[in-house]
Formats: sequence, C-alpha cells, structure tokens
Amino acid sequence: MDIRELEKEQLRQDLPDFGPGDTVRVHVKVREGEKERIQVFEGVVIGRRGGSIRETFTVRKVSYGIGVERVFPVHSPSVAKIDVVRHGRVRRAKLYFLRELKGKAARLEEQFTRR
Amino acid sequence: MVKGILARKIGMTQVFDAKGNLVPVTVVQAGPCVVVERRTAERDGYEAVEIGLVEGKPPRRVTRPIAGQFAKAGVPPTRVLAEFSVAEGSEVKPGDTVLCEIFAADEVIRVVGTSKGKGFQGAMKRHNFRGGGAAHGSMFHRAPGSIGPSAYPSRVFPGTRMAGRMGVDRVTLKRVKVVKVDLERNLLFLRGAVPGGRKALVRLEKA
Repeated sequence: MDIRELEKEQLRQDLPDFGPGDTVRVHVKVREGEKERIQVFEGVVIGRRGGSIRETFTVRKVSYGIGVERVFPVHSPSVAKIDVVRHGRVRRAKLYFLRELKGKAARLEEQFTRR
Repeated sequence: MVKGILARKIGMTQVFDAKGNLVPVTVVQAGPCVVVERRTAERDGYEAVEIGLVEGKPPRRVTRPIAGQFAKAGVPPTRVLAEFSVAEGSEVKPGDTVLCEIFAADEVIRVVGTSKGKGFQGAMKRHNFRGGGAAHGSMFHRAPGSIGPSAYPSRVFPGTRMAGRMGVDRVTLKRVKVVKVDLERNLLFLRGAVPGGRKALVRLEKA
C-alpha cells in the first residue's frame, strides 16, 4: 500500500484545466451559522503551488482599488466550482510581478489557442 | 471484543474534513489480525488474547515450536504477536479474526509505537539543554555544562543526562483521534503523527 495512491483517490477530477494568467471565477461555499451559501471570487490566477492533495492556487483581483489575493486549496470541498473566464498569455509560472503593476499595465494579453 | 489491534504505518497525508479543513493524518494498515491463543482467568489468572498481524510470513521461516501454536489455532503464521485485553463477557476464541472495525470514526484511542532512531545526539537535542551563546565571543556553544559537584561525591550520579543514543524508545500517545475507518482495506486514519517510520509496527488500544 502506497500513501500516494491513497492521496490520488482524494483528488478532484471535476475541475477545469487552469493555470497562471487565467482569469477564473471561484465559487466558494461559505458557512454562516446554519446556512451555507456560495460566494464568487473572480480574478487572475497568479500561481499554483504544491502537489497532490496539498496543491493550492492564488487568485488576485483589485477590489475598490485595493489588491486582494486569496489562496484556495485546489481539492478542497469548499471550492464548489471553478469557471475559467479567459486564458491569459503568460511566460512564467508565478505572476508576482502583477503586484507591482496598476491599471492598464496590470492587464494580460488573451491567449485563444490551448496550451 | 478484543480491545486493541496491531498495525503497520503506511505514511502521512492530509484529508479534508466535513468542514473543509485539511487535517493531518497518519494512515495505518490495521489488521487483519488473528487470535492465536486465549488467556483465561481460570488458567492464567487474567483474561486476554494473543493476536498476530497477518502479513504473509512464509511458513519456512516459522520455527517448529511456534508453528505448532499457529496450527493449533488454525491460523496462518504471523511475524509479530502481542497480547491484548478482552472486553468483559465477550466470546473470543483462537482462530477468530480481529479487524479495524473495533474502532469507529471520531473515537479517541491510544497508540503505542517505537520512535525513529536519531543516533548519537548531544545533550541539547537529546535532553533539551539550553546550551550557550552562539556569538559575541562565547566559547561555550552546545556543551552540556556541569555534570555535578567536585570533591564530594567525587563521582557522577547515575542517570545524569548526557549525550548518547537517542530514539528507538517506546512511545505511547494517549489521545489519538480516529479520523476515518476504511473497513474494506483495513485502514485507519489517525489524526497527527504516530511514532516510528513507514512500515513501523504500532499497537492500537481502546483508551
């Protein structure tokens, strides 16, 4: 018995293929007391890190002029759905340079062909 | 019902709980175990069972006196044997199997194992001594310091903590939560770390 096989069983298969540069809409399950509702966080994926069950991705958006970044575990059950809104053309895996850029400079070119 | 089981460590991973939190777990292969002998109050003065962890030990590796014990119980030979107490009033006889079903999810159990060997270690790592300053001209770094008075008693007291072999100790964890039970594959998911490396033998007991 291998621990890696056990981890593989826990991985989610229902998520779209997405990576750095893509604009995504993450549907997050939020618990408020008894009720559970879905909250949407839309922004640019600036990186994915970790592997297997530990993998996470960071989404950045600018909300009312303030940069906001959220880190989600890829395989978490609290991520209800991920929609890929648009594929961006990027040449690196981690887009941390976006943090320094504002407005027009912080845009990414769209990529129409599949990676 | 037998109040414990033998298991082998498979490794550590993480699982998401119902709330969506990532929980660190150690996965162990718990069983199947077989009852090899029964200790009874009349014959032995106490109630217990001797169980073995079935791992496919080749029969040619079994010495003849021990082979007789396995044959008598009608069970395959096992590498390890251990004694566990039995719940009062329950019928357990040689030849029975013990599975991880004796534990339920969310139950708090006791885990006994042997810690990983650390080799020859200094007093700082082995006994959590503070050591001395690292810089500013300190010439006393990781040494243990004084090990006792001088002329009287003119000797070092037995048991004084010094550098030496560390690890390979019997370690008991008294409150380990069972996160998940996989009856089909005899797997138990235990919260947090468990003593020993991969494939290490651990003893799980009802707390």
